[in-house]
Amino acid sequence: MSVMPEEVQAIELEVRNLNFFYGNFMALKDISLSVPSKAITAIIGPSGCGKSTLIRVFNRMYDLVPKARVEGAVMFEGQDITDPDLDVVVLRRRIGMVFQRPNPFPMSIYDNVAYGPRIIKRQGNLDEIVEDCLHRAALWDEVKDRLRRPALSLSGGQQQRLVIARVLAVEPEVILMDEPASALDPVATLKIEELAQELKANYTIIMVTHNMQAGARASDNTAFLMMSAERYGELVEFGPTIDIFNRPQNKMTEDYITGRFG
Amino acid sequence: MSAITSHMTTRDLAVMARRRRTNLLVTIVLGLAVVATLAILAWVLVYVAVRGVEFLGPDFFFKTPPGNPGTAGGGFFNGIIGSLIVVGIAALLSIPIGVAVAIFLVEYGGNRLAGAVRFFTDVLIGVPTIVTGAFVYAIWVTRFGFSGLAGAFALAIVMLPLITRTTEEILNLVPAQLREGSLGLGASRSQTVMRVTLPSALPGIITGIMLAVARAMGETAPLLLTALGNDLFVETNPAKRMSTLSLQIFGNAVTGFRASQARAWSGALTLIGIVLILTAAARFFAARSQVSR
Repeated sequence: MSVMPEEVQAIELEVRNLNFFYGNFMALKDISLSVPSKAITAIIGPSGCGKSTLIRVFNRMYDLVPKARVEGAVMFEGQDITDPDLDVVVLRRRIGMVFQRPNPFPMSIYDNVAYGPRIIKRQGNLDEIVEDCLHRAALWDEVKDRLRRPALSLSGGQQQRLVIARVLAVEPEVILMDEPASALDPVATLKIEELAQELKANYTIIMVTHNMQAGARASDNTAFLMMSAERYGELVEFGPTIDIFNRPQNKMTEDYITGRFG
Repeated sequence: MSAITSHMTTRDLAVMARRRRTNLLVTIVLGLAVVATLAILAWVLVYVAVRGVEFLGPDFFFKTPPGNPGTAGGGFFNGIIGSLIVVGIAALLSIPIGVAVAIFLVEYGGNRLAGAVRFFTDVLIGVPTIVTGAFVYAIWVTRFGFSGLAGAFALAIVMLPLITRTTEEILNLVPAQLREGSLGLGASRSQTVMRVTLPSALPGIITGIMLAVARAMGETAPLLLTALGNDLFVETNPAKRMSTLSLQIFGNAVTGFRASQARAWSGALTLIGIVLILTAAARFFAARSQVSR
C-alpha cells in the first residue's frame, strides 16, 4: 500500500514493490513509498519490523550481509539503486549514513571530518571544508580549540554530531539516520533533532526512530512499519506526520502510537 | 543470633555454613595455585640472575668467547649480534606476510580458502620447532650450507603463524561500526582497511609482533640445524654460519668447563632480560590499544 503525502513535493527516492530477504527469510514485503525531497521522513514501528533493514537498502549497506537479496526497485534520480551493477561507492557518497551508535574513527576530530574528502579527493581547502561541516553540524563552537584532540574524547552527543559532520563532508544529497539518538541522553537527543531540522533545508533526511516523541517532533512525514502475522515487515501507513499521529487511518497505527503495543 | 539471620531456619543456616566452607576451600586452592606458579617463576628468575650476574660485565657484551673454552673471560658479543641479525631478518620476512594473511582472513575471508589457511596456521603453530629446523635443513642447508639466513628462514616459519593468529584476533576486535562508518562514506574496502581498520588495530598488532619476536629470540632447536653457531668471531654476514645468543648458551652450557658454564648463565640472564624488555614493550603497546578497551 502506498500513500502519497498530501502536498505535492519533489520525490527524492521512490521505493517500488520492495521485497527483502535474508537467505530464505523474507524481512520486508511489498514496500512502496515515495520519500519527498528536502524533508524529514521518519520510519517508525516496533522492534524487528524491518526499519533498519529498509534504511540500509537505500545505501546498499546490506551488501555486507551474506545472502541478503532484494526484489523490486528503489529509484534515485532515474536509476534503480538495487541494480547489482551499480557502483555502491558512488551511491554511498550521495546517500550518507549516520548509525545507531556514534562511530567516530579513533583519530583526531579534524581527521574524522577530513576522512571523506581525502578519500574522494574532494576539491577545495580542507581546513575550510572541515570548519564548514562542523558549523553545519552545530559542533564547531565546542571543538574549534581542540581539533587535533582524539574524537573519542568527545561526549556521546558530540560524537554523533561529529559523525554527521563527517557525512556532510562528502556532500551527500540524502542522509540516512538509523536511530541516531538511541544511545544518547535526552538533551543530546534534542540537539540531534534540532540539527536535523536545520539540515533539511539542504538535505533529504530519512530517520529510523524508536522513540515516538522523537518521531513526532522531528519529522515531516512518517512511515509506519509493522510485522505481519507471517513475520514480514510491511508498510502499514505513510503520510504527513501530523496526520499519522492525530488521525491515523489504520487501527494498527493508532494502537501503536497510543502506546497500546510496541 | 543476629537480627538479619533471626528469620532463618536451622536448615537455612546449615546450608549457609556449608557454602562458606566451600567458598573458603576454593579460595585456598586457587590461592595455592597462584603462589605455586609465581614461586616457580621467581625461582627460575632469581636462580638465573644469581648465577648469571657473577660473570656479567661490559666485557660480556662486547667480547667474543676465548679460543680455549676452559679459560675464563670473554663474552657473547657475537651471539648478541647474531641474534639481532637473524631475528631481525626473520621479522622482516614474517611480519608483512603474517599481517597480510590476517587481513585476508578477517577482511576478505569467509570462503573455503580462508578456512584452509586458518587450518594450516593452526597446524603450523603446533609443529615442533626442531621439525621446522629439520625442514629448512633438508630444503636449504643441504644445498647451500649452514647460514644465518637459513636460521632466519626457520625462525620466520616459527613466527609467521603466531603473528597471523594474534593479528587476526586483534582485527576481529575492531568494531564493525568503524568499518561500516568508513564504507558508508563511500570508501572502498582497501581504503577502509588501510585507513581505519589497521590504524585502529596497530597497537595490538605491535603487541603480537613483539611477543613473536621474543619467542624467536629464545628459539634454539631450529637454529642448531640451520645457523649452526660460530663461537670464534663476530660474523655479520648472514650468508655465513652464525652464532646467536640461544646457540651460545647451549654450546657453552654443554662443554663441561666451569668457565663456559658461567658464560652460559650470563647469556641466559641476558636473554631473559631481552625477552622481559620485549614483553614489557608489548604490554605498553597493548595498554595504548584503542581496540581492546
